[in-house]
Amino acid sequence: MNEERNVKIRVRNLSKVFGSQPKKALELRDQGLKRPEILDKTGQTLGLSNIDFDVHEGELLVIMGLSGSGKSTLIRCLNRLIEPTEGEIVIDGEDIPTLGEKALLECRRRHFSMVFQNFALFPHRTVQKNAEFGLEIRGIDPAERSEIARTALKQVGLDGWEDAYPSQLSGGMQQRVGLARALANDASVLLMDEAFSALDPLIRGDMQQELLQLQSRMQKTTVFITHDLDEALTIGDRIVLLKDGEIVQIGTPEEILTKPADDYVRRFIEGVDKARILTAESAMRRVRSTVRDSDGPRTALRKMREHGLDSIYIIDRDQQLIGLIEAEAASQALEQGKERVTDVMTQDFRRVTLEEPMHHLFAMFSEHSFPIAVVDDQQRLLGVVVKGAVLDQLAQAAEPTQIAEPSTTTTAGDA
Amino acid sequence: MAIEIPRIPLGGWIEGALTWLTSEYSMVTRAISRATQTGINGLNDALMWLPPWALLLIIVAICWKVANARLAIGGAAGLALIWNLGLWNPMIETLTLVVIATLVAVVIAIPVGITAALSERLYRTIMPVLDFMQTMPAFVYLIPAIPFFGIGSVSAIFATVIFSMPPAIRFTTLGIRQVPKELIEAADAYGATRGQKLVKVQLPLSLPTVMAGINQTIMLALSMVVIAAMIGADGLGSEVWRAIQRLRPGDGFEAGIAVVILAMLLDRLTQALSKERKS
Ligand SMILES: Nc1ncnc2c1ncn2[C@@H]1O[C@H](COP(=O)(O)OP(=O)(O)OP(=O)(O)O)[C@@H](O)[C@H]1O
Ligand SMILES: [Mg+2]
Repeated sequence: MNEERNVKIRVRNLSKVFGSQPKKALELRDQGLKRPEILDKTGQTLGLSNIDFDVHEGELLVIMGLSGSGKSTLIRCLNRLIEPTEGEIVIDGEDIPTLGEKALLECRRRHFSMVFQNFALFPHRTVQKNAEFGLEIRGIDPAERSEIARTALKQVGLDGWEDAYPSQLSGGMQQRVGLARALANDASVLLMDEAFSALDPLIRGDMQQELLQLQSRMQKTTVFITHDLDEALTIGDRIVLLKDGEIVQIGTPEEILTKPADDYVRRFIEGVDKARILTAESAMRRVRSTVRDSDGPRTALRKMREHGLDSIYIIDRDQQLIGLIEAEAASQALEQGKERVTDVMTQDFRRVTLEEPMHHLFAMFSEHSFPIAVVDDQQRLLGVVVKGAVLDQLAQAAEPTQIAEPSTTTTAGDA
Repeated sequence: MAIEIPRIPLGGWIEGALTWLTSEYSMVTRAISRATQTGINGLNDALMWLPPWALLLIIVAICWKVANARLAIGGAAGLALIWNLGLWNPMIETLTLVVIATLVAVVIAIPVGITAALSERLYRTIMPVLDFMQTMPAFVYLIPAIPFFGIGSVSAIFATVIFSMPPAIRFTTLGIRQVPKELIEAADAYGATRGQKLVKVQLPLSLPTVMAGINQTIMLALSMVVIAAMIGADGLGSEVWRAIQRLRPGDGFEAGIAVVILAMLLDRLTQALSKERKS
């Protein structure tokens, strides 16, 4: 996680002024004035100011901020649906703001797929034709694009709906079509502007999980916008926090929670901070399934499949935890004719007690992706903690209503 | 103290301009005239060549297919009445003029409407022109038509096209401007060119509105074609005109009813067409 990663998009010194005299607004900005004063003096809205960040190859970068903080403006500057006023946006060596009209179209086709908050599906096209849209624009031949779109629809669980029209689908399904349209296009970067905000909470949770699964499977570079801390913590590899068109902090969810850059961020995550007193116990889940040390790899595989697990803990007859076996290792063992799960188990996971403070768990997840085992003082397996559960706990402690509000309090506090 | 304000010779100017246009462009007008006349004659002959019962069946079949049994039955009854009243041939002549005028109007109106939707400048120039075209009393167009194209059907087509074109332009522009901007944004995001946006997004989404405009154009064309009997256009209008001159209200109403039947048939048929496209 902490190795050097290739930079996919490099954004430097990016600013956007809405209005007819951008120069004037930027001059005032350079004199240290902020958005409200510039608006008062010139009538120009400073949408974004001096934005610097990198998007790494294969990461899911979340841009978070309250309403009006400039999130949509930022994501639209990347593919120039909004013209940036100044700054660099370099993708694979190409500086997007300097591209001519034709090169820009080419760049959008090759590099960007976009998913929109209100879906923006074409009502006159079937689900299939919607999914094909990007490919059609690029001039891929009909047979091939139909095949690709079909695969994309399958990926998002919409096989069988190809001939339906968007108006016949529920909101969640419509956004799946939006996602399929983006995936089918196979551009190198996925842009998602509040893609799940219009969905109801349950569907939204499902979609987040599915996005994470897709992400782990395909490693697609994704820029995801949300105003929701819970969502940002759940899905983000890193989070860029925006306020009034400026970046306040960039970091992993853990860094944002444990080392807030300033009072603004601290207030943003206020509720979450209480999580410091939470322990492993509160995030612990029942173990869905275990195998005995005497079991064979075939049993282990079957149980994993039944319970949808990638790995499974091994216990002995006294319930004591003795190891972990991964699905891959189990199937190899099966091929090689090994008889016991213990032959291929690993100790490469973390075990903690019920009292382990929650924020320590973060660090552990950055080293291992396996669920953390919670054991008692006799090393008996009590339960597991998965990454999502930790974040859920923190987010619950943060209480979403509190998060949605600080806009008024902070601006009042700033003034 | 009364100031003597000289009268502006507006009429004189317009006449001068028209005279100049007719003499300067007589080649062009004559060519247009010939082409249009050929079109009218061709379509007319074709429709008249069919025996009335055959054409009636064809129209009824179209009504059935595009709309429903009710329209088919109503259409059959209406057309049979026209036939019975001996107004079949004038009805065909009127229909020919309407079809040709509408075709010409639509062929001009749709590209103009599209361009106006995409260019704010053209939009602002063209809207007052359309207002002018639509509010100018219909008869006035007949007058300049005569020096251009002489008495008869071609003049009627010319005046009809001008009078009936505005709604087709207006609705095309409206339809394209009404396409939600999120959808335009989505098309842009995937790298669509202007042409792709137009063909794949803007036109299909504006089609129902464009069809509504065409429907209005047809209705206006029908009303104008009837009026154009005053400058010698054939058809149901000239039946009415003759009835007026001979003071025979019965004949006048018969021809009038035939116009109403034709209007309703064309209206329901085009509406059904646009609904079918929508679903
Ligand atoms: N076309 C525009 N003209 C003028 N001002 C604009 C325009 N678009 C956005 N703004 C302003 O720029 C600022 C940032 O807007 P933006 O839409 O990027 O915010 P956001 O973070 O996406 O908010 P939300 O969560 O409400 O979508 C806001 O103050 C907004 O009013
Ligand atoms: Mg937004």
